[in-house]
Amino acid sequence: MMQPFTRHTGIAAPLIKDNINTDQIAPILHSRGLKEDYRAMLFHRARRREDGSDDPDFVLNKPQFRATGILVTGENFGAGSSRESAVWSMLANGIRVIVAKSFADIYRENCLQNGLLPVVLGSALGDQFIARVVAADGKALFTVDLVTQRIGGPGGPDIAFEIPAADRTRLIEGLDDIGLTLKHVDEIANWEARAQVAQPWLQSARDSR
Amino acid sequence: MQQTLFDKIWDFHRVAQRADGRDLIYIDRHVLHELHAHHAFAQLQKQNRPVRRADLTFAVQDHTVAIKPGRDDDTNPSGSAFIRAMREGCRTNGIRLFDVDDPEQGISHVVAPELGIVLPGATHAVPDSHASTVGGIGALAFGCGTSELAHILATQVMALKRPKNMRVQLDGRLAGGVSAKDVALRIIAEIGVAGARGHVVEYAGAAVRAMPIEQRMTLSNLNIEMGGRSGFVAPDDATFEWLARRPFVPQGAEWDRALRHWRMLASDEGVRFDREVSLDCTTLEPQITWGTDPSQVVEISGRVPDPAALDPARRAAAASAFGYMDLAPGTPLLGLPIDRVFIGSCTNSRLPDLQVAADIVRGRHVAEGVAAMVVPGSSSVKRQAEAAGLDRVFREAGFFWGESGCSMCAGGNGDRGQPGERCVSTTNRNFENRQGPKVRTHLASPATAAASAIAGRIADARQLAPGAA
Repeated sequence: MMQPFTRHTGIAAPLIKDNINTDQIAPILHSRGLKEDYRAMLFHRARRREDGSDDPDFVLNKPQFRATGILVTGENFGAGSSRESAVWSMLANGIRVIVAKSFADIYRENCLQNGLLPVVLGSALGDQFIARVVAADGKALFTVDLVTQRIGGPGGPDIAFEIPAADRTRLIEGLDDIGLTLKHVDEIANWEARAQVAQPWLQSARDSR
Repeated sequence: MQQTLFDKIWDFHRVAQRADGRDLIYIDRHVLHELHAHHAFAQLQKQNRPVRRADLTFAVQDHTVAIKPGRDDDTNPSGSAFIRAMREGCRTNGIRLFDVDDPEQGISHVVAPELGIVLPGATHAVPDSHASTVGGIGALAFGCGTSELAHILATQVMALKRPKNMRVQLDGRLAGGVSAKDVALRIIAEIGVAGARGHVVEYAGAAVRAMPIEQRMTLSNLNIEMGGRSGFVAPDDATFEWLARRPFVPQGAEWDRALRHWRMLASDEGVRFDREVSLDCTTLEPQITWGTDPSQVVEISGRVPDPAALDPARRAAAASAFGYMDLAPGTPLLGLPIDRVFIGSCTNSRLPDLQVAADIVRGRHVAEGVAAMVVPGSSSVKRQAEAAGLDRVFREAGFFWGESGCSMCAGGNGDRGQPGERCVSTTNRNFENRQGPKVRTHLASPATAAASAIAGRIADARQLAPGAA
């Protein structure tokens, strides 16, 4: 279920690559059960060396980034599968904000469903912010404020970011997506009645055998 | 005002605009699979919300099922819990399930069109990014996450922002030995893995019109690999002929009425698209990926690119792919020794895909040291292939012939290669570690995969010496 998002202050970690895909973020782990360990799933392979031990060079394994709350990355983040575990694994690790140059469509939708704030900073602004995050090296905190649509932190002035107003409201209020839609339940029923007349084959799916 | 076909389908299915500005789009057919459905069933149960239209909802077991002959729920131990939860959720909610032992079980994107569950001009949703496969028959399909899946179960609509319109114009005529897979890989190479982001893509042009329906599905399937929200081919007589008499399509007078409607499903003449891309297919060669994303593609006779010759934006990705793939710039793809071949997945597992591959391997044998497998896209495809003797062709050539499922495409059922292996695969993603830790995947057509299995190296099917066949 959705947790509301208004403001987050935390460590920002740079994972500067384009096209990081869902197989990298949340690989299928073959656990024997429905209760998956989303905390362990996040970047499962990139985090580990061949013998299974933590790779000290992977950014989220570095001591200063162990408690990262803001992940900063490149273009087209979350490409690939629709698996929502790629969002749940972020939240399970305390990551509440992803700042990227762009997001894959389905991944961004999955973020909005779960209160994980997707912030897009275009190329030039993104590069400036990345430089500040790299320079801060986890030693000073950044604040992402969705109410004022600003990112503040060491190394420069606040950065304003854009987000569609509707997405912003939904995140701030933590709105129940299904509840929001069910306000239109009469219109859904009316549509079904109209479709039953206009294109009846859409309103039934029966095996003719 | 002139409209694209996408606009027409969207507008018809637009139920309302929600307070947050999103359009509520009615979903005519919703198909679930076991890897994600259990979360949604649990969520609805907790919220005490019923499934609105169980009669328009279907479910398949595909991602985690074993493909070994004689399989059951526990053949793949990591799938058992998902398979059982799916069965229970479908029973509780009254949803028709194509279970592990159902004669029509298979990959959702193969099963839904082959049974006529999806229709031209209909909207379709699947909690899987390759949902748009069914765009091959002119349906508008959206891949979705798990929360959206629960939302559709409860409301039968999706809350979406209206995507933009894009047209991919495919002119000319495909040469022999070149297929929709090669076309799709070339388009992705040209526009990149995010080239269609935010857009619904209509594939048009003479080369598309000449494609059989199964190839149109391959083309639409790979739409997500360039980031597209959905992708489709407007239906035509070939589509209607393909669909006629399938079990779930409208019958009798209702079929005639639907057909009259479907014949009008086209973009208006001269309508403007937000983005247009075109490709002349006449001189297109078979294509193959060399790297670790589906845009890292060369023609089969090509070489691993020199980073200096690449678009600067693609250099970093190329540099990391060289190491993972163990390939140096300038290396020819043809002749690279391989360890494994996989023919299957929602991209290339329909009967004509298997026929093309069988024609190449007939009377030949898989090269020593190569593990080759064929996994039909559905249990129906498997039966039809067996009736045509294809299973024998493959088995005699040394291929493993499996039961239907997603298998080694994402390895959700435990099927995977060994570290360091090089695999030619008819699937859709060559991401690092997808087909097993450190497995090096080359995406290609069924013809290329089959020829490579025989040669033990990446091979051009057109150059195989005439075989015993």
